[in-house]
Amino acid sequence: MTNLPVPTLSEGAVAVCVFCIFLVPLAAGGLALLNAGLGRSRSAAHTMLASVCILSVAAIAYFVCGFAVQGFTGQPAHVLRAGGQQWDWIGAGPFFLRKFELDGSPASLAAGFSMLCAGLAALIPLGAAAERWRLRAICASTALLAGFTFPLFAHWVWGGGWLAQLGVNYGLGHGFLDLGGSSCIQAVSGLTALSIVWILGPRRGKYSSGKLPNAIPAHSAVFVIFGSMLCWAGWVGLNSAGAILFGGATPGQTVLVAVNTTLAAASAGLAALVVTGLRFGRPDASLTCDGWIGGLVASSAGCLFIKPAEAVVIGTIAGVLVTYAVEWFEFGLKVDDPGGSISAHAVGGIWGLLAAGIFVRFPINSGAIATAQSGSESGQFIAQLVGIATLIGFVLPTTYGLNCLLNWFLPYRVSLEGERQGVDLHELGADAYPEFVVHTEEFIQR
Amino acid sequence: MKLTGFVMLVAGWGIVLASVALLVSMKPRTIFVLAGLGVEVIGLVLVLRSHVVLEDETG
Repeated sequence: MTNLPVPTLSEGAVAVCVFCIFLVPLAAGGLALLNAGLGRSRSAAHTMLASVCILSVAAIAYFVCGFAVQGFTGQPAHVLRAGGQQWDWIGAGPFFLRKFELDGSPASLAAGFSMLCAGLAALIPLGAAAERWRLRAICASTALLAGFTFPLFAHWVWGGGWLAQLGVNYGLGHGFLDLGGSSCIQAVSGLTALSIVWILGPRRGKYSSGKLPNAIPAHSAVFVIFGSMLCWAGWVGLNSAGAILFGGATPGQTVLVAVNTTLAAASAGLAALVVTGLRFGRPDASLTCDGWIGGLVASSAGCLFIKPAEAVVIGTIAGVLVTYAVEWFEFGLKVDDPGGSISAHAVGGIWGLLAAGIFVRFPINSGAIATAQSGSESGQFIAQLVGIATLIGFVLPTTYGLNCLLNWFLPYRVSLEGERQGVDLHELGADAYPEFVVHTEEFIQR
Repeated sequence: MKLTGFVMLVAGWGIVLASVALLVSMKPRTIFVLAGLGVEVIGLVLVLRSHVVLEDETG
């Protein structure tokens, strides 16, 4: 069991938290639309069906073993002793949620919230690997992410694990801070997306003509923009529920969280709009929406403990970072990421964690996180760096290794013929738009 | 090159963990955490570079 205090919630906080948790599926719907819109028309049905499959597999995988791995503060956990301190490294909760009361307690709310977060996290790699990832492989990889990788990191951050204990055990601020999931949802799944794209390789025809990549345009700007708007609503719920459950926010403080989330997204979207407008002569809808998502992602980590003006700064930097990161991955690193998932979620998430270390100020007696832990304020930035080092030094190699292993048993990539036909026809036998879309000219022979 | 990169990623993380667990005062701990992150960055560059080389070779 962890040495952090078990949080308690008032009835009002439980009610607001439940409402916020119910908003989270909007983010999943938004990401599904975004992923489908940023791909070609001949893979739209496949992407949407894959999104449904991902949410289903993630929910079941989390139910089977995810919560057992994640646990919650005050629940049983496996602990190592090193350097005179305990390192809580994995939960020891019940598999299949056996004998676990889903009664509105903080632990049960965290279980419900994290089940939805697991689905959201598993949707992110789909945006990067769209149009060449087989449906069976998508389901298998989702089970891995939702059943092990996500809950393990979530235990370290949200379940009272060793990253959360850095403040109590080693005096590093208030421990690693991530209320809305910039690390355990966004960065973990963004890095998983990078691993999967490395394994899959680029879409056929993307890098066929010399050094510059071929442009493969998104098929529906409307899906992309509407998806981004849905994500906004979902993220307000995500950050607010996270702030109540893991930051000890009162119901009234969710107003600050919602304002910060909105301002970060707005400034990020505008920053991306201005940057693309200045660089290309006119604004780019896809990059603007990627910037918007990057702002939402970056807002999550410290959403309760930053001021609105700081949210604007965090969002603006996120928007600019994501815009350049998309180009850097595509041109410089030859990473074919049609949804911009790696840039928006991995780069945006890591920036959000860093920003939390820079901007967060903990008011006295403002909730469980501020009153329970006694580390110095100056150590908060180091705690954030330790979390980022864990993402890059542990999560990336682990997720790459596990997905390579899975790819060996269950090949991830569709056949050349499948890519030529489009995954809609090849895997589902029907197009998303059978009556009016002709896509033969979309395919560029490698 | 890719394997070396991944080994350096894990090694950098090991340096960060060791500095948190073994060092007490804030200054050396900060220096070693940054050093560990530096090793990770070099590892990441190697892994990213190996992917670019692989793509160039396979066309």
